[in-house]
Amino acid sequence: MSDTINTNSQLPDVSDFAYKESFGNSGLIITKLDNLFNWSRLSSLFPMTFGIACCAIEFMSTGTTPYDMDRFGMAPRATPRQADVMIVAGTVTFKMADRVRRLYEQMADPKYVISMGSCSNCGGPYWQHGYHVVKGVDKIIPVDVYVPGCPPRPEALIGGILKLHEKIKGESILTSRTDG
Amino acid sequence: MDKEKLLGLVAEVARENSQWVENSNPPVLLISASDLLSVSHHLWSHASSYFDQLSCVIGLDNGLEAGTMEVIYTLYSIPFNQSLMLKVVLPRENPEIESVASVWKSANWMEREVFDMYGIKFLNHPDLRRILMPADWDGFPLRKDYKEQETYRNIKLAPEP
Repeated sequence: MSDTINTNSQLPDVSDFAYKESFGNSGLIITKLDNLFNWSRLSSLFPMTFGIACCAIEFMSTGTTPYDMDRFGMAPRATPRQADVMIVAGTVTFKMADRVRRLYEQMADPKYVISMGSCSNCGGPYWQHGYHVVKGVDKIIPVDVYVPGCPPRPEALIGGILKLHEKIKGESILTSRTDG
Repeated sequence: MDKEKLLGLVAEVARENSQWVENSNPPVLLISASDLLSVSHHLWSHASSYFDQLSCVIGLDNGLEAGTMEVIYTLYSIPFNQSLMLKVVLPRENPEIESVASVWKSANWMEREVFDMYGIKFLNHPDLRRILMPADWDGFPLRKDYKEQETYRNIKLAPEP
């Protein structure tokens, strides 16, 4: 056990989180509770399986072997109650907005939202004449990261996921997320 | 079956005159709204036509000037490999037409879509609700004089600059 913590190369940059002090081979690492929580949260962001337009195809690609979303500890869950991050991949219509909102509310805290693609960022090609499209999913639910593109390539989505990692790294359990 | 025979077949049950729309392929038959259900049932059941498939129901708004709306039904006969379109012209004010869902089951959802987009009422439809738009939406989006509502459930429709 003690050896695996110090030598396991799969752990992402322990040095970012922990003080480099350690007590020989005892397996002790001194760190802040915030860092431990943040590290564990960002290392297993389970996304909710949720695709509502063509962006979902790129989202699916991100999960395939060449892009391998699983290396970030992301395994898609089929229910909001087991999910940590909602990737809104596609056009949000007013009829769908109800459902998006409800699924978001069913997710357990801490929960994050990645808005993927132009449609869910701002309405995209439906910006002017799309009477049925919500002009940005941020009118319905709070968004953490916006990924531009129409649709964004898997690399762009992975970029968004890494941005979310950075955001989580800066969080503290002493301040509520809604306080900003 | 050629056009003449088809017209004869329609005339057997139609109370008003029907006529072919020129230069159309597949052939388009303009019939009166009051005849639609009887003509549909006849074309569906008659052994020599047997239009057993309703492929498509189209709504059409001809605009305020013309003051009319149209509903177009695309029929297909699988055994005879033949297509036919029936066209019905309705007034733009309070458009109503008999539903053909009792003849072809597939009409159910297609008529709901036409109702959703144009507000054309289908009488005796088994379940005439909106199919694409939310149930509490105002207006019918594909009408020429459609004005979108400003907000839906307190969310602005127009993008904010």
